Amino acid sequence: MTGRELIAMRTAKFFEDGNLVNLGIGMPTMCLDFLPEGVDVWVQSENGVIGLDRKPYEDEYADPDVVDASGQVSLLRTGGCCFDSFASFGYIRGGHVDITVLGAYEVDGDGNLANWMVPGKAVAGMGGAMDLVVGAKKVIIMTEHCDKKGNPKILKNCTLPLTAAGAVDYIVSELCVLRRTDAGLVLEELAPGVSVEDVIAKTGAELIIPAEVGCMV
Amino acid sequence: MAKDKVVSLSQAMEKIRDGQTILIPGFVNTGVPEMLIKGIIKKGCKDFELISNNTSVKGQGIGLLVHEGRIKHVTCSHIGSNTETVEKVLAGELDVTFVPQGTLVERVRAGGAGIGGVLTPTGLGTPIAEGKDVISVNGKDYLLELPLRGDVALIHAWKADRMGNVVYHRTARNFNQVFATAADWVIVEAEEIVEVGELDPDLIMTPGALVDAVVKCEEVAAI
Repeated sequence: MTGRELIAMRTAKFFEDGNLVNLGIGMPTMCLDFLPEGVDVWVQSENGVIGLDRKPYEDEYADPDVVDASGQVSLLRTGGCCFDSFASFGYIRGGHVDITVLGAYEVDGDGNLANWMVPGKAVAGMGGAMDLVVGAKKVIIMTEHCDKKGNPKILKNCTLPLTAAGAVDYIVSELCVLRRTDAGLVLEELAPGVSVEDVIAKTGAELIIPAEVGCMV
Repeated sequence: MAKDKVVSLSQAMEKIRDGQTILIPGFVNTGVPEMLIKGIIKKGCKDFELISNNTSVKGQGIGLLVHEGRIKHVTCSHIGSNTETVEKVLAGELDVTFVPQGTLVERVRAGGAGIGGVLTPTGLGTPIAEGKDVISVNGKDYLLELPLRGDVALIHAWKADRMGNVVYHRTARNFNQVFATAADWVIVEAEEIVEVGELDPDLIMTPGALVDAVVKCEEVAAI
């Protein structure tokens, strides 16, 4: 299992049967491949749909007007529905989405998240991310623990422009699961073969280490 | 008798002028009024103040206006799906103001609904909050976000009747429904035009009373 698969598998364990979930573009959508036994979730996408299903096979008919948050044509489940952007963000901000899963450039010990802009370099824009992290009942960040240069992405304080302040509930990386509390980040679970010291060495934020730390799998 | 608002593409472009504020819906490249965009390019108008969610993809939809350099400034939530827009912004050739997607649609809704703004928790504690009023209601803070309106809105419909009643299709609805409420002149392109009375009144998503012109979608040469 790759690190990304481990992250997706562990994140999917947060899902409860019947949850309405919003999954960011890229790694978060992998969670659907790892749904726990007996758990079925409804996927909300901010472009105005509840009930997105898998991508169509090459020779399968799909309505070109049903797309996911990256604009890719997707199938709609029986019982799914479409609505306008105003309603969609009402559902998001109004607390009707149980879980939102997103990636991060940086996340810190106060639950601050930066994932929309690197000044002068990455200028994609925030899209719906700012609304999602403010509105969803549970905000889960799935991220590689360090960036490509090996620098920690989990910091004492974010340095990049924020997406939201104090909004993050959980961080799932290939090394561990961290839960954000008012006292700081709690190390809840470790990946197999990873030690507490490994995590501390690769984390920029102070961690609270409980007497018992669980296992991610 | 209901007024017949069906016109040709060139007739529909009569009120388009340089420098207008223009609302163009769409999510990535779904629900984008591409034929009307091509009509604008053909007419030659430029220097638009664009309000949109994003700028489609390179060479399609709103991306055509970007490529032709017709946009002076864009207010949107995301440009990442269009590499050409990103290049132009980084090169300083196109000015962009980012607005969170839910705030964008609420601001346009406010503009179309005659209210003075909206209070949203989105953006608190981020660069989006800079220079904006924070208003506390029942002990919770919100940002005051002001209404947005346009001179013109371009709308992509699935079906429209001759008086401009509109039905959208699946996720192509996205920003169309709200953007149709917030401009002085509303032009609809429709994949299918039906006679008045054929659309179920309960299923009409934009009333014809808000629509000024209807054009049938057809293939139009890019430029």
